[in-house]
Amino acid sequence: MDQMKKTCLHQRHVDLGAQMSPFGGFDMPIQYRGIVEEHNAVRNACGVFDVSHMGEVDIKGPDAEKFVNYIFTNDVTGAPVGQCFYGMMLHPTGGVVDDLLVYKRADDNFFLVINAANIDKDVDWIRSQREGFDVEIDHLSDSLGELAIQGPNAEKVVTEVLGIECADLAFYTFKEITYKGKHVIISRTGYTGEDGFEIYCDHDLTVEIWDMLLASGQVEPCGLGCRDTLRFEVGLPLYGDELSDEITPVEAGLSMFVKLDKENFIGKEAIAKQKAEGARRKVVGLELQDRAIPRHGYEVLNENDEVIGEVTTGYHAISVDKSIAMALIDAAYAKLDTPVKIRIRRKTFPAVVVKKKFYKKSYKQ
Amino acid sequence: MKIYYAPSHEYIKVDGNIGYIGISDYAQKALGNVVYVDMPEEGDEIAAGEDFGAIESVKAASDLIAPVSGTVVEVNEALADNPRLVNEDAMNNWIIKVEISDPAELDELLDEEAYAKLCEAEH
Repeated sequence: MDQMKKTCLHQRHVDLGAQMSPFGGFDMPIQYRGIVEEHNAVRNACGVFDVSHMGEVDIKGPDAEKFVNYIFTNDVTGAPVGQCFYGMMLHPTGGVVDDLLVYKRADDNFFLVINAANIDKDVDWIRSQREGFDVEIDHLSDSLGELAIQGPNAEKVVTEVLGIECADLAFYTFKEITYKGKHVIISRTGYTGEDGFEIYCDHDLTVEIWDMLLASGQVEPCGLGCRDTLRFEVGLPLYGDELSDEITPVEAGLSMFVKLDKENFIGKEAIAKQKAEGARRKVVGLELQDRAIPRHGYEVLNENDEVIGEVTTGYHAISVDKSIAMALIDAAYAKLDTPVKIRIRRKTFPAVVVKKKFYKKSYKQ
Repeated sequence: MKIYYAPSHEYIKVDGNIGYIGISDYAQKALGNVVYVDMPEEGDEIAAGEDFGAIESVKAASDLIAPVSGTVVEVNEALADNPRLVNEDAMNNWIIKVEISDPAELDELLDEEAYAKLCEAEH
């Protein structure tokens, strides 16, 4: 059996009494005080997440922009330095290798942030596509820590507790600074639907920043449990749930991050074809009348009890106090207000198709 | 009332041939915020070692395993509207009341002391 990986903050989590669980090959904190308390802290104040399990890849060289545009669905052409992009790497079939953030560090230098569970697959994939491109590919996952500081008070906390000026950062931009003598990337990004920042730096500084944040008393340590409930409520996808090697961005409702008007990129033909023909499956939002909770993998049925798909993520949501789900279902049933059913153990429960954005995002533009 | 526990963390408080089944305080703490209790219906038969419902935290669903066999004579309807009662007082907010069909099954369960040891070992 593979040895479970640990982040640089692992001992801190254990010392805080966190409930630990495997995620993406790492032993990660699921919750400290409780998912509900941590979730609400991020919605109403500020929380910090250890997301050091995320992977980072640096791509540099004369063909860096061309190469990133070839493997990535969003269009980085001519973007300003300091811009972040969300998008996907696709298989030629249109299925998703991974969803990721791309940071433009220089005209010839991009920084990719990838999902922990996909690190090995992604790095192999990126390297396998480099032929003919003059680029250097550096895999940095093992040397970088990452913290996500999220919530309406995040700007105040980063400014006052860490002493890092961040009010100048617009949503989806970043800067590179020297902090305590070390190199730091800080971006106004996140995965919670709230304002917030993500910070990348070496392991020692990651631990030091974590300690400063907790010592301030203004920041709740938050586990992956509420990271999932937060991202789910605002309709953000999680690779492995709403995205996979078998699910395309069109099916997941993420076509806006696939720029078909740019020159050739991997998966372009498949996506163009699927968009023209219409996807046969769609990720939709579902709302139940009952308190019963739809979970990943539960069957979705039509009114004749025929299986039309399955739940990808579901919760009794914390900020909206309803049982809701995202589900990948037959596109024929994807219209808003379509009645369906969800099988939960021995019973089926009526549900209706709703918008995936169950809770309104509050980003700072 | 004598209290017995199953290794799967359900308790049964026994009053004659009637048993009150719930989850232990240790189990409610391990689960965290209970958001839903899926209960059987009055008159349903339950069988020792088989699930009779489920209890759900924000994160996950856990099966409820019957510590003994019997017939459900009442379900705790208060939990339908307020599942967090389980967090507030697990030992007094039982989930189902059953008529025990085979009291000998109680001998297979753990007493308070043995259960405390099991929890300590798991922790």
